[in-house]
Amino acid sequence: MARMKFLCDAERCIECNGCVTACKQEHEIPWGVNRRRVVTINDGVPGERSISVACMHCSDAPCMAVCPVDCFYKTGEGVVLHDKDLCIGCGYCFYACPFGAPQFPQAGAFGVRGKMDKCTFCAGGPEQDTSEAEFKKYGRNRLAEGKLPACAEMCSTKALLGGDGDVLADIYRQRVTVRGKSGEVWGWATAYGLPGQAPQRSAPAGTPAPAPTPPASGTKS
Amino acid sequence: MTRAFVKVVIIAGGALALAACGERPQVVNYKQGTYQGKPDTPPYAGAPFNGNEKEWDNAIRTRNIAQNEYKRIGD
Repeated sequence: MARMKFLCDAERCIECNGCVTACKQEHEIPWGVNRRRVVTINDGVPGERSISVACMHCSDAPCMAVCPVDCFYKTGEGVVLHDKDLCIGCGYCFYACPFGAPQFPQAGAFGVRGKMDKCTFCAGGPEQDTSEAEFKKYGRNRLAEGKLPACAEMCSTKALLGGDGDVLADIYRQRVTVRGKSGEVWGWATAYGLPGQAPQRSAPAGTPAPAPTPPASGTKS
Repeated sequence: MTRAFVKVVIIAGGALALAACGERPQVVNYKQGTYQGKPDTPPYAGAPFNGNEKEWDNAIRTRNIAQNEYKRIGD
């Protein structure tokens, strides 16, 4: 049984927002609701990284833990979904989620919150699969069609991967190995770069190491 | 005779009129820590897989592996 996960490779993400657009288009998401968005760290400075963020379908989801009406459930594939008929739009899940995934459409005047909406891993919700009711409430059910989430499948640089966690790990491992980062092929530094340092690109074998650049003095001599 | 008939009609009519007045819970009774919503079906339950989990797994796996461009271009 597949264990569905997303994985975003910050080395590859070019902040094109194609994933955001694909999600919006696929599920006909209303204005003001962003199931997926691209976050850029150190925007405009060397070492800038972007990462596509949505619901990460946590194994131990905090949204499920805090929901006062227990409207969340987890499918056999590890996808965290919720029943909009039960949701009271309290916003607890939004406070609990470390990724800011839950979204609340403005339901009426005075900023009244509607029922929570979030990434469904393109797996619909608790309505009949691929039915009109399911599409209206939760969006398209691509998993039931044997497809993976639209955002991941249409990512042009394949920075965003979606699907069985084991397969994604294999893809990412091979990718990082090909990049040739020798000792530190895993971890925070590989994914996001070292703090205060531009990403190190691997040079082909036999290339001499670049001469160290002198530190900028800040004054004209 | 007529009085008895009217009595029967009133009783029967009353019973019929009050038939829709059964007291049913108007709110959901939440049970802490358990999902309270509608049940969901697995993604392979409906068309086009019609319950064939193996076929669905293969379809997902094929798409999964297709995300690896090193596999696409070969060694």
